[in-house]
Amino acid sequence: MASVLYTYASPQAFYPLAGRMIPWFAGAAAIFAAAGLYVGFLVAPTDAVQGESYRILYLHVPAAWMSMFLYLVMAGWAGLGFVLNTRLSGMMAAAIAPTGAMFTFLALWSGALWGRPTWGTYWVWDARLTSELILLFLYLGFLALREAIEDPRRADRASAILALVGVVNIPIIYFSVQWWNTLHQGASVSLTRAPTMAGSMFAGLLLMTLAAWMYSIAVSLARVRAIILERERDTEWARQVLA
Amino acid sequence: MGEAGARVSWDALCAFLAMGGYAPFVWGSYGVAALCIAVEISFVLRRLRKSRAAGANTALASA
Repeated sequence: MASVLYTYASPQAFYPLAGRMIPWFAGAAAIFAAAGLYVGFLVAPTDAVQGESYRILYLHVPAAWMSMFLYLVMAGWAGLGFVLNTRLSGMMAAAIAPTGAMFTFLALWSGALWGRPTWGTYWVWDARLTSELILLFLYLGFLALREAIEDPRRADRASAILALVGVVNIPIIYFSVQWWNTLHQGASVSLTRAPTMAGSMFAGLLLMTLAAWMYSIAVSLARVRAIILERERDTEWARQVLA
Repeated sequence: MGEAGARVSWDALCAFLAMGGYAPFVWGSYGVAALCIAVEISFVLRRLRKSRAAGANTALASA
């Protein structure tokens, strides 16, 4: 098992593997999204308090989960590259960052459009919303720092430090609703107890989360293929692949 | 399906699109999400094409 991992830790071996995996993850994303939208819009009942506006949450909750999860995965790759000095790790971190930033923006955007009819405001400076906004700035800072450094290997190392320092923000986002008295509500879904919502609502949420997850993998793999070619185009293997 | 049936399904569609009066918020969320995903996919595909073309040029020049 370990030897398999070592083999695919090289960009040369990972490039074709990623190419083979993309259609599967993209297909799974499309199927889960279609099923999730069907359950979320046509099967799940109208919320007794919020009316139809709650259907925004089938987008908002998966986007917010992915924004945090992708940051941890990105920082994990960046940290791995920093310690082991492997080339592929920095490329993976760079490939995940734009998708993480997109989901963070969507979490904020859909949250604002949900907050307006539900709370009466698009935005408040409470701990949950503010720490999620900081997450967006961390992603953008990570990408800007990489852009600013010409040598990709140095960009990997510098941005890895930024990504690792920023990890402290993730538990702050996650536990903010418990630590502070926020306008944002607490979690309705947790690993330790049954979700406090109708079964079909939970199913819709789960399907949309799986769709977001599969999409993130597919688009990150496609992006890492481009990054591998950009950075390895002068190598012998890349010439053979492209010839 | 008669004219009445067509009207019922048309009304049902209108009611669905109205989202109980929350249409701008619900479709504003999902519309922007669809746009973001479409833009991201097109950016990634363009980047892949460009990196392949640039790599092929390098391979050609060194051959």
